[in-house]
Amino acid sequence: MGLPDGSGDLLSEMDGDAFRRLFPLQFYESHFVKSTRPDGRSLTEARETSSALGAVASADGSALVKIGSTTMLAAIKMEVMTPPTESPDEGCIAIDFHMPPICSPTVRPGRPADAAPVVSKQLSDTILSSGLINLKELSLISGKAAWMAYLDIYCLDADGALFDAALLSAVAAFSHLQIPVVSMNDEGKVVVMSEEQGGKEAVNNGKRKLTLSSIPFSLTCILHKKYILADPTAEEESIMETLVTVVLDSSGQLVSLYKPGGPVLAYTSAIQDCVALTRQRARELQAILDEAISGMEVD
Amino acid sequence: MEIDRVDGRTPNQLRPLACSRGVLNRAHGSASWTQGDTKVLAAVYGPKAGTKKNENPEKACIEVIWKPKTGQSGKLEREYEMILKRTLQSICIVTLNPNTTTSVIVQVVNDDGSLLPCAINAACAALVDAGAPLKHLAVAICCCLAESGYVILDPSKLEEQNMKAFAYLVFPNALTTLPEGGLRVGGEPMEHGIITSVTQGAMSVDDYLHSLERGRAATAKMSAFLQKSLQPLLSDD
Repeated sequence: MGLPDGSGDLLSEMDGDAFRRLFPLQFYESHFVKSTRPDGRSLTEARETSSALGAVASADGSALVKIGSTTMLAAIKMEVMTPPTESPDEGCIAIDFHMPPICSPTVRPGRPADAAPVVSKQLSDTILSSGLINLKELSLISGKAAWMAYLDIYCLDADGALFDAALLSAVAAFSHLQIPVVSMNDEGKVVVMSEEQGGKEAVNNGKRKLTLSSIPFSLTCILHKKYILADPTAEEESIMETLVTVVLDSSGQLVSLYKPGGPVLAYTSAIQDCVALTRQRARELQAILDEAISGMEVD
Repeated sequence: MEIDRVDGRTPNQLRPLACSRGVLNRAHGSASWTQGDTKVLAAVYGPKAGTKKNENPEKACIEVIWKPKTGQSGKLEREYEMILKRTLQSICIVTLNPNTTTSVIVQVVNDDGSLLPCAINAACAALVDAGAPLKHLAVAICCCLAESGYVILDPSKLEEQNMKAFAYLVFPNALTTLPEGGLRVGGEPMEHGIITSVTQGAMSVDDYLHSLERGRAATAKMSAFLQKSLQPLLSDD
């Protein structure tokens, strides 16, 4: 972009909105030197986060998560399947992330968004490698029947930090998950028990909740010059392109450090700063999640 | 504590590297990169006029097409395309040819572990072969972390599957930086900065920093190899 030097004088003459559109980078930098951001946050402050469990009544587990304006709706549907022969006592999780045209002006109907399969892959990698879910718990009868959990996450409003919101919604949906009661029918098949056939014996009595061990929490940061900006909005992501996503689990293990290119190089000090910010953010998110879960139990 | 590797390598030992440029006749630039049994072929076409939709026309656009060895492109390939695209964008001087698109086509010939690093190295060599304006080169490496916290470099597919975690790391090759490009050093030498980092599996932060260090040390050797294999081209011009 041209005119980087003259823009300082232009700021005083030009209307604020016009300056923001014409020199977005200079506009942001003029805030950064004052350790603030255009939306009033400090550089390392994340946006207000909320999560509501049970947003989809027909799903076995669901959650609606908002980080600032970024909104994610996650829902889990459980189905009984025959486990593959190589892992007879394990269930399976299929994760899909959708970006419908409603979420952003850059997504056109008919053409899938570029980011969607990438976030989807990142989510499955993170959830599987964090050990959030013990796949053995999804087994019903070894070699015969196991659960297939379909986790679908819909992005309703894409305003930056998509992965963070998607991961939080996935974790919240799993913590809300109620495994349906199943019974063996006359042909020896495992089927979901409907309410009227209460006489049959359930196969999985008392195992209706998954134990979530080592919950992963993530924070995306932008690296720009010497600044580190936590939890960027879509506008910030489009102007400053170097993103670093750190995922830590509840025991402080690093589950993922994801930096896909970008013009700014990450030095060890910047990585340590990002990890420290994520540690702090993980505590916040844990509190938000605990609050949402305890809110459900009261109802 | 020593770890026995299946192929008898020491933990820091890389598999034999091979790089050949100009392997394709019609491409504007091409290269094949081999690390042991992993082989990737990369071709560069362009710069072609115009950018794709939703791209900034004030900058040159890089498009990456990843072709797996067999079957159709899935999510994994789409993720690799995105990582490769962002990585290459960061080493190219994108303001030099505004409103153009450069296509980089990556064909996996054989996958025996460290596939993404191998592809990044191949794409980088192909860009040099095409004469694309670059700020510096990039060298990629895969570090694997064993249960005991031991780091091994450049794992084969079997080792990748048996380890608890691995990290793909891309570092800049500082030896060939332009004079003005090499100035932006913030306390640490420029080649210590990470262009790209992709990890899988849980590890402690210290283990990650340790594998960073080991990866960095190994990329110095790879940088030297990359430069040596590109040297004939540089002296011809």
